Amino acid sequence: MNFTLRVWRQDGPTTAGRFEEYPAKNIPDEASFLEMLDIVNEELEKAGKESVQFDHDCREGICGMCSLTINGVPHGPGRGTTCQLYMRKFQDGDVITIEPFRVGAFPILRDLAVNRTALDKVIQAGGFITARTGSAPDANSVPIPKVVADESMDAAACIGCGACAAACPNSSAMLFVSAKAAHLGLLPQGKPESERRTVRMVRTMDDLGFGNCSNYYACEAVCPAGISASFIARLNRQYTSAAAREAVGATTI
Amino acid sequence: MSASSATSTAGIPIHEALCRWVFSSIGKKTIVAVTGILLVLFVTGHMLGNFTIYFGPDLINAYAKHLRDLGPFLWVIRLGLLATVFLHIFFTMLLWKENATARPQKYAVGDPIKTTVFARTMRLTGLFVVAFVIFHLGHFTLMIFNPSWTHLDTELHGETVHDVYRMVVLGFSNPIVSAFYIISLGLLAFHLSHGIGSLFQTLGLSTRKMRPVYEAVARVYAWALFVGYSSIPISILIFGLGKNTIK
Repeated sequence: MNFTLRVWRQDGPTTAGRFEEYPAKNIPDEASFLEMLDIVNEELEKAGKESVQFDHDCREGICGMCSLTINGVPHGPGRGTTCQLYMRKFQDGDVITIEPFRVGAFPILRDLAVNRTALDKVIQAGGFITARTGSAPDANSVPIPKVVADESMDAAACIGCGACAAACPNSSAMLFVSAKAAHLGLLPQGKPESERRTVRMVRTMDDLGFGNCSNYYACEAVCPAGISASFIARLNRQYTSAAAREAVGATTI
Repeated sequence: MSASSATSTAGIPIHEALCRWVFSSIGKKTIVAVTGILLVLFVTGHMLGNFTIYFGPDLINAYAKHLRDLGPFLWVIRLGLLATVFLHIFFTMLLWKENATARPQKYAVGDPIKTTVFARTMRLTGLFVVAFVIFHLGHFTLMIFNPSWTHLDTELHGETVHDVYRMVVLGFSNPIVSAFYIISLGLLAFHLSHGIGSLFQTLGLSTRKMRPVYEAVARVYAWALFVGYSSIPISILIFGLGKNTIK
């Protein structure tokens, strides 16, 4: 298969970027999108040009490292990560536009690689539980209703790739933050810090310069982990309730 | 021990906590949602009041007189509405400004993922509706475009009252005014098609199961308002409602 790539090239965080066109020739249809870029990069290097920088790690759809906005859609067409996108999804001769995740809070490092430390800062603000040290507690000693456990596991599926913020017209990270707050907050082990976690994560998110949720649901449409925007409703509810309880002195954040 | 427990329950001053909530992303959105509910209630009540026109001049004129007779309480409602509209717009503008700066560089390929046309045009339809409301107040409340309407009087149970019935019939007999009215109400329905469904999510009432239900109900409600409001100019202009009273 042959394609024409329009790739965003940018030398560093503070320099201006531009699109450059590269041919992608003789690409096997079973190649993943990242493998296609590897082939193009080899050609670029052979021609003495700088290869295109992009993020990747596990290449099996679970680490959340790959990014890329392909033809305007984070992680490209279909639901899944960029590494799980195969070239057979495209038509021979397609012009494919590849951009970095465009979020103010994710500064571009180089070309298509962005710095997603902002998401780590949200985790640092409350993405943890207080665990007792010592011998392991009895298994199944804490009863958890199945629906609650399932809901928590659904939220825990978030791989923290940041596609939600990249897809959101407002660059809002609400889907990520709501998933992280729910995954710990729903379970008894995460309950003691629940209010503090919710409020601190939201405040950190606000401080980092992410936008506000307008209920467009673009995040949910691109999320490779299938996180539901119902977690955002839960976050809205929990944040306001925790803030109200803080205001009247029923809790401290 | 006692000192530490005292500080841990006191927390931060209540006004500070309130301020933090109000200006947080979720706080601002919640204010827009709550003021939105109040405005939807107003729009609904206003439409039900308008329907009195179908029961003849006496009923709508009596209804209008009752409203006027509220006196100072009417002003409380008016100022409350004005404050609600102000808060709704003010916090939307704050959110808009932040959202614009959150993505300094736009995508070259702009593919509106999933978002509906109703959601994408919220600000545009909202601003248009504000412009319409200003016209509408000047048209029927202040009567600045037709000062002679202030002298439209009629007899109601032996009292001289303002003839709202004839004023409305005269107003909507102008096809341009009616067309502008119907277009504006259509844009309001656009606004509410996203707005009403969206507020359940913002207020945290939505769940995976209920979201499609809220959205469908919101869509139906928004367009029912459109049909209800538009029926009046259409009845006057096309079906000749009240024609005999203005000759």
